[in-house]
Amino acid sequence: MARKEYSFYPGCSSERLTSASNYMVSVEAMCKKLDVQLNEIPDWNCCGASIGYAEGGELPRHVMNARNLAISEQVNKGQDVVATCAACWLGAKETKDRLAEDKGLLAETNEALREAGMNLQYKGEQEVRHMVEVLIEDLGYDELKKPVVKSLEGIKFAGYVGCQTNRPFGIAGESFENPKYLDKLVEMVGGEPVEKYDQKVTCCGGALAFSEPEKSQAQIKKIIESAYDHGADMIVTPCPVCQMNVEVYQGQINKRYGTKFNIPVAYYSQLMAVAYGASAKEAGLNGQIIRAPRLEEIAAKAAR
Amino acid sequence: MGDINTAMTEQYRNNFLKEVEANVEEGQWVKMCMQCGVCSGSCPLGPAWEHPPQEIFMMIRAGRRDEVLKSESMWMCTSCYNCIVRCPRELPITHIMHGLANYAHRLGLAPKMNPTRRFAKMFWNNLTKSGRVNEIELSVGLYFMDGFKTGIARAWAMKDIGIGMLKTGRLNPFGFVTHKGCKDKKGIHKMLKKAREIEDRRKGFAA
Repeated sequence: MARKEYSFYPGCSSERLTSASNYMVSVEAMCKKLDVQLNEIPDWNCCGASIGYAEGGELPRHVMNARNLAISEQVNKGQDVVATCAACWLGAKETKDRLAEDKGLLAETNEALREAGMNLQYKGEQEVRHMVEVLIEDLGYDELKKPVVKSLEGIKFAGYVGCQTNRPFGIAGESFENPKYLDKLVEMVGGEPVEKYDQKVTCCGGALAFSEPEKSQAQIKKIIESAYDHGADMIVTPCPVCQMNVEVYQGQINKRYGTKFNIPVAYYSQLMAVAYGASAKEAGLNGQIIRAPRLEEIAAKAAR
Repeated sequence: MGDINTAMTEQYRNNFLKEVEANVEEGQWVKMCMQCGVCSGSCPLGPAWEHPPQEIFMMIRAGRRDEVLKSESMWMCTSCYNCIVRCPRELPITHIMHGLANYAHRLGLAPKMNPTRRFAKMFWNNLTKSGRVNEIELSVGLYFMDGFKTGIARAWAMKDIGIGMLKTGRLNPFGFVTHKGCKDKKGIHKMLKKAREIEDRRKGFAA
């Protein structure tokens, strides 16, 4: 039996051939080395993400999240729900909080849930947590350091935490304005964190990268510029939307602003997978549009 | 839609604050705003709001219904939650803005051509169709939102990103056909229909 087991909510962007499939690949490699077992919630659905509110409204959004949580309660009994995606975590946790404080909304939610299959009823029995929370709180930095067989020495990382992993819930004990956990994870794998990365919690525009590209790209430019200004070789983030927005629009920003951005943007889990001895492929590094050659080199080296 | 708007205007005549409290998600918090402006100053897209959140709160209390509900402002929210964590009175500002946008959209008052409103609608319809987001359908739908010609131009401008996503295995070129989504699509559709019915009944939207 694995050391830890969780009820896993992977989310739409983690599926094969989707925008954060490389995140998922690296999470699998990381969890394998840590002996953490993720039990996928069967037939999970989308959380509604950050713009679902406009057409979906209030109750339909909560009902979508409650369905996942109710299936989890039924199938993965006694386990905490864990999400790797910031929006999935936020959506599910928001629903849990709202239904806990509003009995009327809870009754309405269950009335709607009865229409779905599986004879579901949401009780609110399980915690909803982010993967980073689980790593830090259930395992702790010392345990996370144990499987490290390769150091990411000599690489300087701008730790871009972004919004939804950080606000409104955040990681316990961390501040909203200057959370430190990502820098600590970088140090733990032997990398050098940018100490004064002033765009650490700046918004990348989120879903508005699609609908308001100019406004969003102005945000992304600030995030990348500051990483360069502080001598970063790479950007690291815990959020799929942050990763995508900051990585894929660099070409467009270069056209718009005459900049020459070409900086890799990786997930914390990719750093950890490489440090734990995973190959570039196992760490999902073939999923980077802007390749991360220094991580690939380390991944190709034999472990010490 | 227009009928609901007329009904709501009649019911809450001259009291837009009461209307917001009754019908907008977390609207009961609006009266707690003390006009400090931290929300407006904290918003990443602050300068793009015709009326920043602090102003919206005061306008609600001043009964400026049309100006609020027809505004593009709430559609500038990126859901970054900066305003929520910084508000000294702990108002759930992000949710109130989402609630106002949704309410304006339901009443048919939200700006028709606002790109976020249109994209959000497309997004919800996309995810509810199969229970999970179909990314290729969503991006192609977004490019071709304004017709074929504009669509081709947009897709061309975005081609490097698209090719990059395809090459790295982060976009499914056959997703239109192969995207599976949830098994219990029927159940999800029934569940959402019920949820909408209940919400409409509670908010007085039901005919």
